Amino acid sequence: MNAPTAIFGLLSFSALPQNPIAWGGAIIVFLGLAITLAVPTYFYAWRHIWKEWLTSLDPKRIGVMYIAVAAVMLIRGGTDALLLRIQQATSVGSSTGILSATHFQEIFSAHGSIMIFFVAMGLMFGLINLVVPLLIGSRDVAFPFLNSVSFWLFVAGAALINSSLLLGDFSTAGWLSYPPLSELAYSPTSGVDYWIWSLQIAGFGSLLSGINFFVTIVKMRAKGMTMMRMPMFVWTVLGAMSLVIAAFPILTVTLALLSLDRTLGMHFFTAGGGGNMMMYVNLIWAWGHPEVYILILPAFGVFSEVVPVFSKKKLVGYVSMVLSIWAIVFLSFLVWLHHFFTMGSWADVNAFFGIMTAVIAVPTGVKIFNWLFTMYRGSIRFESPMLWFMGFVILFTIGGVAGIVLAEPPADYQLHNSLFLVAHFHTMIVSGVLFGYFAGFTYWFPKIFGFKLDESWGLRAFWAWLVGFVLAFVPLYILGFLGATRRLDHYDPSLGWQPLFVVAGIGAVFIGIGFLCQIIQIAVSIRDRHKNRDLTGDPWDGRTLEWTMRSPAPSYNFAMLPIVHARDQLWAQKESGIVPTKLYEDIVMPKNTGAGIFIAGFAFFLGFGIIWHMWWLAIVGLTGMFATILARSFTEETTYTITAKEVAREEHKAL
Amino acid sequence: MTQTHETLSAEHRTEDTATLFGFWMYLMSDFILFAALFAVYAVFRSNTFGGPIGSDIFKPTFVLTETIILLSSSFVCGISILAARAGSVHATILSLIATIALGASFVGLEYSEFARLISQGSGPSRSGFLSAYFTLVGSHGLHVTLGLFWALALIIAIARYKLTRSNMRKLVLFNIFWHFLDIIWVFIFSIVYLLGII
Repeated sequence: MNAPTAIFGLLSFSALPQNPIAWGGAIIVFLGLAITLAVPTYFYAWRHIWKEWLTSLDPKRIGVMYIAVAAVMLIRGGTDALLLRIQQATSVGSSTGILSATHFQEIFSAHGSIMIFFVAMGLMFGLINLVVPLLIGSRDVAFPFLNSVSFWLFVAGAALINSSLLLGDFSTAGWLSYPPLSELAYSPTSGVDYWIWSLQIAGFGSLLSGINFFVTIVKMRAKGMTMMRMPMFVWTVLGAMSLVIAAFPILTVTLALLSLDRTLGMHFFTAGGGGNMMMYVNLIWAWGHPEVYILILPAFGVFSEVVPVFSKKKLVGYVSMVLSIWAIVFLSFLVWLHHFFTMGSWADVNAFFGIMTAVIAVPTGVKIFNWLFTMYRGSIRFESPMLWFMGFVILFTIGGVAGIVLAEPPADYQLHNSLFLVAHFHTMIVSGVLFGYFAGFTYWFPKIFGFKLDESWGLRAFWAWLVGFVLAFVPLYILGFLGATRRLDHYDPSLGWQPLFVVAGIGAVFIGIGFLCQIIQIAVSIRDRHKNRDLTGDPWDGRTLEWTMRSPAPSYNFAMLPIVHARDQLWAQKESGIVPTKLYEDIVMPKNTGAGIFIAGFAFFLGFGIIWHMWWLAIVGLTGMFATILARSFTEETTYTITAKEVAREEHKAL
Repeated sequence: MTQTHETLSAEHRTEDTATLFGFWMYLMSDFILFAALFAVYAVFRSNTFGGPIGSDIFKPTFVLTETIILLSSSFVCGISILAARAGSVHATILSLIATIALGASFVGLEYSEFARLISQGSGPSRSGFLSAYFTLVGSHGLHVTLGLFWALALIIAIARYKLTRSNMRKLVLFNIFWHFLDIIWVFIFSIVYLLGII
């Protein structure tokens, strides 16, 4: 390593990419950035983008931006996955494949970190932003400015993790960076620091979002919407946000301690000096296990909205659904040790966590049965949101049963760190989380944009994803049983694994095609938007509040704040035929502000400065953040008023 | 006209309660952050790696002085609320200045203790125990330091805009924050120092 300099810290020309594939990554990032900047410049659109989007405090727009960033990160994480698949399909015997061992490790670490933190979390917060205020009959979230800060911190984290493609390397220590490998002694380059700071910054944004939506749901519901009248998606978000508030501080601490080890030479998780690396593993999973429920609960919520609408029946077992959510929230903090049964705990400890893990399957099973009973004797429409559900319910059950197998400590000793485990959690995350958010995105798209997504491309996307998923992950279950461990960059041909790895690679290509179909779907839908326009505001024959207003939803959501009398308020209105009279009032809305962008920009400098030991830059970042917060707190005029007359004009124009 | 006025104040009320509730949620998450640090400290207490143990380095009278100073800063901080409710800008600002003075002395004392330990070769990189000690106590100190800047900003805001609704709200939040740090300190005092000295 070079000696640090005052201005550039540890940064030097040797931080530039060192091999063709790494250069390829750097060039793609650079081109992507260039195109992103060039297109608005060409169309003179910067002023519009800045005023209407980047500085927007409208949760619907922030939600769209979350999803856009998550889609870009999905391309990055998906490309990583393809490279991993090509390597494992080709690196047999005398062939060493396309990647060096180190580069392979960087790529699997990046793939996991990006998919969880920047794709799954991004899609989740995107969807929550889009519809939670609409579902609870509110005009806004509790803290609109904080919401913008959260989003931009997420972007800063994403920018930081992608900077590692251009400058320096990425962590080779896996998506959770277990010590002592992630300690300075064994990972002396900037890779792990990139991992720490991109997650720390994005994670802090998630914590703020968690608080924001928790308060929004508790305090901002429409008149008459008691807790037990909330749509099920809102319940699941409330559960997930409680988990965010309780679990993310643990992540903050864990990352901070690892960073203190690496930057200030402390001894938390080092092999010597009185460190204790198992403490890291305990802490990271005390956050990590709740995290998977943070991701899956809102997906359950989406399905709980989609299934009743597309079955034309009310959700079966509302109360049991609510209870099962809170059972999952509670139990998710009691299972973390099942990630390391093999660490050598006392047998009774393993037994306790094994039983708890099996028990958490019960509330999940309750939900599966409730959805199936909702479909029973319903008049089911097999449109794409419902198809995503059908794919989910089959695959998720299979993955869940695989999870029960892993929950038994003796079986886990055999399957630990095998591809069986990899197949299990991909089943939960892809067919659970992703399929759920795809369903939700398709379902709520017309409410946000005013036109429906093209159905035929949606069907193509669904089938490509489904077939691709089965081809990519069923072989991994089998390989796991055959003894293939995770993170293999090379194996012997005599093992006979290659055909299965090739099939998995073909599956990954199918998934890629599925994603391509979704991109085409959006493009085609924008082209045909006049044909697919949603004129009624209620394109699916919906049951909940968001479908009572016109599409696209206006910035103030509700021209008149609704009064709720039933669980499925809109359905009750449709049955009784009573339409609330139109009486408009003045609406106070928050003004747009760019302060969130500045705070996140300075946070990026802070992270980048610490990663490269450019201390002056870190100080600039920290000072800048506080100065912006301070300046913002002295801004008195943060709202503007839309008069009742203007509201009436807007509403009539839409008709 | 009266109706608009009423709806506005109703909106303000929701804003106030939402802010207060949100701040409590933030404090709960901060509690968990400290809980994790306490758990780490408890595990690392005996990982001294041949370095000093707690009773070698902790000075009871020094810590008691720190404690008394921090608790009195909380007391004068509480007075600022009473002063603000009584409508006195001057008394509010004065009690906030006293809060800052006491809080800054606390931070100064903590800093001198850290400096003493580091100069003795008992710095945070000496052992797992000392890493955990410096991080736990330092995190509290960092919170107090942030609180000092917050109080300063609050003084400027109150001097400029007087006791507006938004300043009153901020003052209440700051008070909750400051008392919260007291509670954390009581835990540090008992678990780190008292148990360390025994």
